[in-house]
Amino acid sequence: MASPVGIVLISHSRALAEGAAEVATAMGLGEVAVRPAGGDDDGRLGTSLALLERAVDEAQTGAGVVLIADVGSSVLLARTYVADLPEDALGPVLLADAPLVEGAVAAASASATGADVETVAAAAADAYAHRKL
Amino acid sequence: MADEFDAGIAREWVRVIAVRVSEQATYLGELDGAIGDGDHGGNLDRGFAAAVGKLDRTTDSAREVLTATGGALISAVGGASGPLYGTYFRKLARALPEHGGASAAELGAALQVGVDGVRALGGAAEGDKTMVDALVPAAAAFAETATDGLPAAAVAAAEAARRGADATVPLRARKGRASYLGERSEGHLDPGAASSALVLAALAEVVGG
Repeated sequence: MASPVGIVLISHSRALAEGAAEVATAMGLGEVAVRPAGGDDDGRLGTSLALLERAVDEAQTGAGVVLIADVGSSVLLARTYVADLPEDALGPVLLADAPLVEGAVAAASASATGADVETVAAAAADAYAHRKL
Repeated sequence: MADEFDAGIAREWVRVIAVRVSEQATYLGELDGAIGDGDHGGNLDRGFAAAVGKLDRTTDSAREVLTATGGALISAVGGASGPLYGTYFRKLARALPEHGGASAAELGAALQVGVDGVRALGGAAEGDKTMVDALVPAAAAFAETATDGLPAAAVAAAEAARRGADATVPLRARKGRASYLGERSEGHLDPGAASSALVLAALAEVVGG
């Protein structure tokens, strides 16, 4: 099997991104690269293009990376990043329209099955439909 | 009085925005504190200070100057205003001539491209109580008065942006954190629209209108 699709979790909080990544990594059976990009460059609440770029570089194997963002500027930063992705990037990067934690769990689970990047992004988006009650 | 929006004026525009934003940072923060997370003034102050630091002092291309400004804002601002203003400046920059400066008509068209980029990124329409409410009337006013020359067009755009910002007060927010407040977002000036009015006022100041 080719390397699984990577996942990057973008949050205003470093702790939130790292915690969600911890859960999703377990759901990916440890085979899927799930990287956090949380907080600003100094670890305070905020977002950081530099952290996002580094996380994508770490998660990218060529099979693609799915981004999942929490709210507000996380989404805007991710959209800006995807729009700027160079033509010669190592692999595709898709922003999933998905909730952060549930989307990360769904994406990591799908990625561990060897799904392609579009399927992993769709699995993350489908997390909206999984009711809890 | 300037007839052409050249690289020197573009650099001066960014410098004056940085000064005015720094002067108004506390005020913008207070506006944001009422309906947002209170970081708008500090974020923009940091962003435009970074943009001044990244000014290309050697190029004669206004397009290159403002492209660098947009990139600096995206990199330096850890809030929504970074990608939004970064996109504004980069999109409008790419609509300028590749070399040299721009005529008033060309800058007017570029301001429209800039605000179109902001709308596409953030999904905000006019009336959603965002920076779009200042940037859209500013671009329209600039384009309508471009034949009167750069200073007159910049003044008209600044006035339109200020009126557009003031008109956000009664609106209910439909984007950003303020949108979670529902009717409690009414009665407040939108901080993004207020900072957009500052940006356009700085342009009028710089071109000598």
